[in-house]
Amino acid sequence: MRLILVLLCVAAVSFGLIMLSPIDPIDAYLGSQMAQVSPDQRALIAEQWGFDAPPAAQFSRWLSQLLSGELGWSHIYNQPVSDVISQRFQRSILLLGSAWLLALLVGFALGIIAGAKEGSLLDRLICGYVYVTASTPTFWLAMLALLLFSVYLGWMPTCCAGPTGVVNQDVSTLTRLHHLILPVATLALLGIAAITLHTRARMVALMRSDIALHAFAQGATRFDIAWRHGIRHASLPAITLAFASLGELFGGSILIEQVFAYPGLGQATVEAGLRSDVPLLLGIALFTALFVSIGNLIADSLYQLIDPRISKEQP
Amino acid sequence: MSAQPRFAAAAYCGLFFMLLAILASSAWWLGNSPSQMQFDARLMPPSTSHWLGTDALGRELWARTVAGLRLSFWVGLSAALLGTAIALTLAAVATLSTTLNAIISLLIDTLLSVPHLILLLLIAFALGGGTQAVIIAVAFTHWPSLTRVLRAELLTVRQAPYVAISQGFGKRRGFILVHHLLPHVFPHCIVGALLLFPHAILHEAALTFLGVGLDPSQPAIGVLLADAMRYLTAGYWWLGVFPGLGLLLMVLCIDRLAFHLRRAL
Amino acid sequence: MLQINQLNLQLPHYRKWWRREWATCIEDVTFDVQPAEIHAVIGASGAGKSLLASTIMGLLPEGAKATGQLYFDGNLLTSEHQQRLRGHQLALIPQSLNALDPLVRSQRQVSWAARRAGNPHTVAWQLAREALSHYQLDRDAQRRYPHELSGGMARRVLTAMAHVSRANLIIADEPSVGLDPQQRNRVLAALKALALEGKAVILITHDLRHALPIADRVTIMRQGRSVETTQASAFQGQGEQLQSTYARALWHALPNNAFSTSPTRLSSKEPTLA
Repeated sequence: MRLILVLLCVAAVSFGLIMLSPIDPIDAYLGSQMAQVSPDQRALIAEQWGFDAPPAAQFSRWLSQLLSGELGWSHIYNQPVSDVISQRFQRSILLLGSAWLLALLVGFALGIIAGAKEGSLLDRLICGYVYVTASTPTFWLAMLALLLFSVYLGWMPTCCAGPTGVVNQDVSTLTRLHHLILPVATLALLGIAAITLHTRARMVALMRSDIALHAFAQGATRFDIAWRHGIRHASLPAITLAFASLGELFGGSILIEQVFAYPGLGQATVEAGLRSDVPLLLGIALFTALFVSIGNLIADSLYQLIDPRISKEQP
Repeated sequence: MSAQPRFAAAAYCGLFFMLLAILASSAWWLGNSPSQMQFDARLMPPSTSHWLGTDALGRELWARTVAGLRLSFWVGLSAALLGTAIALTLAAVATLSTTLNAIISLLIDTLLSVPHLILLLLIAFALGGGTQAVIIAVAFTHWPSLTRVLRAELLTVRQAPYVAISQGFGKRRGFILVHHLLPHVFPHCIVGALLLFPHAILHEAALTFLGVGLDPSQPAIGVLLADAMRYLTAGYWWLGVFPGLGLLLMVLCIDRLAFHLRRAL
Repeated sequence: MLQINQLNLQLPHYRKWWRREWATCIEDVTFDVQPAEIHAVIGASGAGKSLLASTIMGLLPEGAKATGQLYFDGNLLTSEHQQRLRGHQLALIPQSLNALDPLVRSQRQVSWAARRAGNPHTVAWQLAREALSHYQLDRDAQRRYPHELSGGMARRVLTAMAHVSRANLIIADEPSVGLDPQQRNRVLAALKALALEGKAVILITHDLRHALPIADRVTIMRQGRSVETTQASAFQGQGEQLQSTYARALWHALPNNAFSTSPTRLSSKEPTLA
């Protein structure tokens, strides 16, 4: 219920923002042909697309189209918006999904290790790494990776999801994966920071708790406590955080796709923004809102599960 | 243990203000060197005469980086302050009635469900780009989480006995808000603004990098890096490395300052 | 079994900003514990009882300064020694029920304690079940999470965890706090049973009245110092056999002594005011 309300608000807010824009959608559509079109023809286009109607009427028209599953026509790709999004998302989900999983696993492991012995050398190293990556611009990191591995070492391809000039179907899975490695690694590298910090905080709190003291009294080592108690206490919060930060991940993917020229949803977003493809921009905004909201929803419901105490008390 | 955070915070504050002073005065000691072209020294690698190398038009990279950092700093600062002001206003409004609270909660949820960067793109698109548009876009996307914190804080303070006593004396809501509640959340605001700051700078740079932010003719970090992208495959590494490194160091500095201040408070 | 010789303990605390000062928490405490006896350590809160337990276990917070000697089985107890003996020879029944991991079922927690005592996996699982059954916790209770157990049951889980370690010295820190009379008697009886098995038990409590029926000897602590160590039987009559005024005062402060003219012997079955 809340999800629908939020999505409706997202639709309204993004539509409102588009209406505010000083960029004339007809100009944007026509591009370089702008000068060749007479005012009559402009009026015709405007009428056809309903641009002369008041904003509220346009919004309701767009909304009713939206409800019937019609997202509009993307003029830069010359395809229905829904087709563009689904094609692009298929490529992006590979990138997003693997980066998400990698960030979760590595971040969790680092957090456990760092938190197990607060103030140790390993803890300091991991914390230092986390603070630096948290302050690193995503796209800069991607550029560095590109520079090092593709330009200097030549291990990785410099762009795109496959070799240029080869038809999409002909690209082998191995080549695809090869093109994915750098984008995934850089995207994950940034996601790791948040999860590590969160997990570490949990671990530090645990290590100071009565539970740890009791375990020490039983002769347990720090490793034992981290392994038996720590993983139980920190895993659900880490997963929850990972779900709650899907928005950040998607934002990062926009930048990463731009640097690596990876033809995913993020790149389409930038294109739509730069070339004023309004229906596509709105479609992507709504789609990502749905994506992120579902992530938030999962995160919220996981909070209930974190602790058997909560789930039992509130059936 | 309780002593160290304050020392560290004081040290960081001093360092921060020193760097800030250097950065702020750079407009004066840099002169017009960021835009000065040297056609005999184009794309020079870093050396003693060209500290960080030069770009395709023979402009000194170090001067452009410092100028870019200054620009990023001011944009980030304005955006963070504006964002904090929005967060504080909305948090205060939310405490006034349950209906307002529900509306603001919905607004927060809405903004949090769109990825920051997409919202930024939308707002920058709506406002047509430029420095002001970036500041407004960053400010309008970064208030939700701080609003949540401040609202929770305000709601707890409102339950405090001294506020109830003040209410008993017949003080008006507005009076209580200004005299009791706002002073209490002020430290949270400062820390909140400082925590917003790095995000604001990074998002500003990202937006500019994508080409919808600051004007490409300005020496902004995002512009420098977007330019560098074109020369990257040719091996002109310094164009990409140094501006980003400068940004990283500045953000790291602010982030650490915020961290220590929060611990000390 | 355990001998404590002139134990002193100082903890650091920071008095505004960086001035570190030392607070003396335990001062010149000397007593010993024999196998098959319950040695009660009685004192008001802040008397340093729980810190005494931590010192014996070697679980003091960082920066603590301890002097004096501890002997275990005649050997000087160093911190490496303590680390090796923890969970094998030394066991602690902690004061707080928060010591149970809320995310772990009780049988698993007890089996972990058995694992830490050096038992292989399958044996530990079996030992845990036996120990819990021994403390009248049925299959259902063994599968429950700590928050689903009553206070008394949780205490018995903690006792079972000390039991599976087969430790020869067991320190019980306030084991009867917050329990109703029936549950308290059950927990105290469990401790008595441990002592009857030949183990040395240190019972740390502020509750003289309920410690006396099961204790063999009693050490009274006050503000970090041991005031008196005596046989539990000395607490009778008007307290003529007690040497210190503080111990006598404690004895007289008990409701039954203060309210009745003819002092009666205490038994564990009498109704309580709690």
